[in-house]
Order: sequence, then structure tokens, then C-alpha cells
Amino acid sequence: MKLQNRLGKYLLSWPPLVYLVLFFLIPTCIMFVAAFRFPGDYGGLAPMYYIEEGRVVWDLTLENFQRIVEEPIYLELFLKSAGYAGLTTLVCILMAYPLAWLIARSQKKHRDLMLLLVILPFWSNFLIRIYAWMIILGPQSAFTKAVNWVWTGMGFEPLQLLFTPFAVIVGMVYVHLPFMVLPLYANLEKHDMSLLAAAQDLGANAWQRFWKITWPLSLPGIFAGSALVFIPALGMFAIPDILGGTDSIMIGNLIKQQILDTRDWPFGAVLSIMLTAGVLGIAALGSLVARGGVKRG
Amino acid sequence: MALLEIRNVVKQFDDFTAVNNVSLSVEAGEFFTLLGPSGCGKTTLLRMLAGFEQPDSGQILLDGKDMSQVPPEKRPVHTVFQNYALFPHMTVRENVAFPLKMAGWAKDKIDAQVDELLEDVRLTRFGKRYPHEMSGGQRQRVAIARALVDRPRLLLLDEPLSALDAKLREEMQLELINLQKEVGITFVYVTHDQGEALALSHRIAVMSNGQVEQLDIPENIYGNPKNRFVADFIGQCNVLEGTVKAVDGDTMTVDIKGCGEVKTLAVAGAAVGKPGWLALRPEKIKLDKELPDLPDEAYFKGRIHDCLYLGDVTIYIVEVADGVLIETMLPNNIPGVAKFFDDNDEVEVAWRFDAGRFLFE
Repeated sequence: MKLQNRLGKYLLSWPPLVYLVLFFLIPTCIMFVAAFRFPGDYGGLAPMYYIEEGRVVWDLTLENFQRIVEEPIYLELFLKSAGYAGLTTLVCILMAYPLAWLIARSQKKHRDLMLLLVILPFWSNFLIRIYAWMIILGPQSAFTKAVNWVWTGMGFEPLQLLFTPFAVIVGMVYVHLPFMVLPLYANLEKHDMSLLAAAQDLGANAWQRFWKITWPLSLPGIFAGSALVFIPALGMFAIPDILGGTDSIMIGNLIKQQILDTRDWPFGAVLSIMLTAGVLGIAALGSLVARGGVKRG
Repeated sequence: MALLEIRNVVKQFDDFTAVNNVSLSVEAGEFFTLLGPSGCGKTTLLRMLAGFEQPDSGQILLDGKDMSQVPPEKRPVHTVFQNYALFPHMTVRENVAFPLKMAGWAKDKIDAQVDELLEDVRLTRFGKRYPHEMSGGQRQRVAIARALVDRPRLLLLDEPLSALDAKLREEMQLELINLQKEVGITFVYVTHDQGEALALSHRIAVMSNGQVEQLDIPENIYGNPKNRFVADFIGQCNVLEGTVKAVDGDTMTVDIKGCGEVKTLAVAGAAVGKPGWLALRPEKIKLDKELPDLPDEAYFKGRIHDCLYLGDVTIYIVEVADGVLIETMLPNNIPGVAKFFDDNDEVEVAWRFDAGRFLFE
């Protein structure tokens, strides 16, 4: 490679690199170290070492990790959060697929408008949109009343929608749906239509054409979208805070509680390290599967 | 009864008539070619045979059954697409097995049949590869194997060799001929390449503007074109304007504009005074420094106007009269001699009375 090219590459790459080191790598290291420290007497962190008879004595512990292993409630909460995030991802796939397909197959001049509509919610504030759902799912809303009118008409007890796991899933799907639609659209739009014609010509009916051709070729889009939905959904705390009840908190809420309310920073750090490790593990697994897909595609 | 019968098929797109009242039939086991320039309707006709388009009127019968209500996936007809349309996420084996899986064959029968087809196209060792790991010619063979694997009644080929380079194309032409003989399946082949059509086909339908101009065996398409379009489209051809002077049994005399009278074969519908064109292939014309003036031959003195050295042959454009140019060619069959004449050389040309055809349309 020419020296100029290499120089240009370094010049271009150092600002994001510095940014990531300053605001991601170093904080992660701080959190990692914090996980081994004792909580301070009034919250926060206790000193990492003290000096006794002129010698430095390190004051570190594995207690915080022990707590996670010994009390099953934390592992359960992790699994429950993964369940919420997984369900959100699944619902997003089911809702985004037909939408992305429709956009990809519509006329070119209509596509830009449709994509604009998909990302339009981003133009208003995240919290405002979640509070809007609080009103929509609240007991006084027309939506809830309509649902309950049908529900009680069928002979059931009236339902509470707000402050339930259902409300959390609704909110998370709503917020993350565009992150599934966009990569799926980008994938479906590139599909070679002659493959479908060939499949039909070779005897495949509409159902077989979808499952044998379109679906496997769209898997890279599904994986990309799933990563964009599952990972932020797993750490989500605002939506369960606002829309969920006491029984629908997620790992993100616990971390926030430990850091801000209980002020047990070391334990909060342990939880958040576990979350990061879990996400990295899932991302690694995903990229492994996706690479297999790319190799075949 | 013919395997495939196309009866008065018409297809219109908005105000453009792509296929205009085409009728033809294809026999079982035939290698049949639809030949014509782009936009002549050959691909539209092929798409109607595959079922991707419906005729506006007319009928398509396969084995005597009307195909109009049969969707593409239900027709015993497969297509080899121009871009091959191999499934990129499937191996060669999986691609070839696809039609059998769709038809619900048993696994062991699928394996045996796929093995046989891969052997037919000499790709046995490549079963586990993905299409993107194959060369153009190999992909082509996968596409053909995939389309033949469940023994369709009819195989449609849409310019299948156009993406290959010249050398590979010739190789694939020979392979196609052999494969078709071997499997005995009827091929309907679409191409705009007249050389390919002549080399491959049992019969050729030359199409233009949605109609069949001439349907015949390759020798007749080339040697006995029915009209100016066919003469011009197939190979190189001199087309000389003239009028009929006299008809005398098997021969007639025509007056070529600017040259004078020549003897030629009498053709149906000839009448004294009728205008037309003499179609004359370059390789049927003799060219030398001096030629005898024989009674059975047309004979002209001329001057070399242009030379076109092509390696194996050289094309000489001879001006036989003011503004009348005749294209001739000579094989470069003498070692060490690149071409026999140069621009402005005095030469003589001659052709037998049965070398050309006089055309009225």
C-alpha cells in the first residue's frame, strides 16, 4: 500500500478510535475493577487499598460475584430479560418482514416515502412516545375500553393493559421495529427476482418459493435486524420503568436501581459486566451464524 | 401429432404487439430455434411457453393439451435462463435436486437422479460447490442439469450462451448438441446469434416484428432465404436491386440496376417487369485477376474498393459499376500470403446462375 494511503487511513481512523477508547474501553475497565471493590459506607465505592505500616494493602473481593451465583433471583432476572428481548425480536421479525417486503417490492418512486414513514417516529422524543403509550394503554383510553368491551362481551373479566409484561413488549416492539425493518428492507430489495421465476419454473409453488428462496436469502437481514433489536432491548430500563408493573422489571432496571437508588456500585458493576458479557457472547454467536449465511449467499 | 403447437398466438403490451399471430409446431425430440433481432418477440413467445405470460388470443398446446390455464410451476416445461438464475444459497447438488424435491421425490431416488445428471454435464466432482465458486461455463451446465433433471417434455433456453466468451460458446454449442441427442428432450432455443442458430438447430423460425418470417431447416434458411429480411439477417449477403426481364423455364434473366442483365434461377411468382432483389452470398462469388466469361455465369469486371482482413478469410468489396458494390471473400489458403489483392486492383468477379436467389419481398 502507498504511504499516502496508509497515512490517510490513520488520520481518518484516529478520532473514532480515541472516542471509543475514552468513552467505551476505559469506562468498561473502570466498571470491571469496580466489580471487585467493596461498596462505600455511604454508597459508591470504598477505597481500593489502604496503607498499613507503610505497606499498600489491596482491599478487593469476589463477594459481589458470589452474590449473583448464590441468589438465583438475579439469574432468573437475566433469563426473564432475555425472554422479553427475545419475544420483542420475534414480534419485530413477524411485523417487519411483510412491511419490508412490501416496501422492497413497491415502485421505486414510492419507496422513499415509505421508508420515511418508517423512521418518522424518531423525529419525536423517545420518552414522549413511551408516555403516549402509557395513555393509550391506560384504563381510560378508547383503545383499552374497546378491547375490554370485546373481552367482557366474550364473558371474561376486564383486562388491565398498562403496567403488565404485555405493555412492556408493546413498547419495546414499537421502539425497535424500525431497526428491524431497515436492514430487512436493504436485504430484500437486493433479491434477484429471476431466482423466484426460476423456482416457479422448476415446480415450486408460492409457499415453497418463499421458504426455499426468499427466506434463506433474507437471513443475513434477519440477523442484522435481530442484533439491532435484541441487544438494546436486553438492557432496556426506561420502557419497563414506565409501562411495566413491579413484576415486569428487567436487568436494566436492576442495574439502574443498584447504581442510583441503593448506591451499591460494585454490585451494579457486576450486573452490568454480566450484561455486557452476555451481549458480546450473543453477538459473537450471531456473527458466526451470519458468516455461515454470507458464505453460502 | 406435434409435441408443441402454437396456434395464432397474439401478445400485446399496451400499444406494442410483441407477438403477432404466430403459428408453428415443434416435433418431439427436435432442437428448434427462435431466431431474430432483439424486440422481435422471440423471448415473449418463450415466456408464454413457460407460462410467465398469457397470450391475448390463440392457443398453446403441449401434447394436445391447452396450456392457458396451467401456471408455470405445473407445466412439464423448464427454462434455462440467460443469467442462469442458480440459487446462490444452495450447492450444485441442491440446485440440481430442487425440481425433484418440489415434485416430492424420495430421497434415494433424488440422489440417484442428481448423480446421473451431474455426470451428463461432467460436474460430478463439483456437487458440493456453491454457484459463486464455479466458472461461467460450469454454471451454465448446472443450470442445464437442473432444468433437465426431472425430464421435462420441453426445455426452453433463453440465450443461454450469450454471457460466455467466444471460445467457450463454441465448446458449449457442441455440448448442447450432444446433450440434446443423449437425453432426447425437445429443446426450444432462443437466440439472436444466427451462427449459433445454424450450428445447433434442426429447424429455425426466423422472427421479426412479432411474426415468423421463415421457418425451415438451417440449410434452407441460409441458402434459400424467403425474403430480404432473412437474407440480410442470416450471415453476410449482397442484396442487389433489379427487375425481371425474361422468364425461361427454370431460369430467368434479371436486369441488375447499374450492372446489366444476369441469368438466375426462376422463382415462383416471377413476371416480366416485376422488381425485386438478388440475394447473393459472398462465398458463392468467384474473384480473380482474370476469369472466363461462361454462359452459365454472371461475369463482371471491377475494382477492389475495400479489403477487410479477418485472418482465416479476407473480405473484398468490389465495385463492379458506378456505386454498385459486391462483397466477396477468399480463404487465405496460401501460406505466406496475407491477402491476394489490394485497394484499386483490377479484378473480375463471376457467379453461377444458381448461386443467388431473386427475392420479391
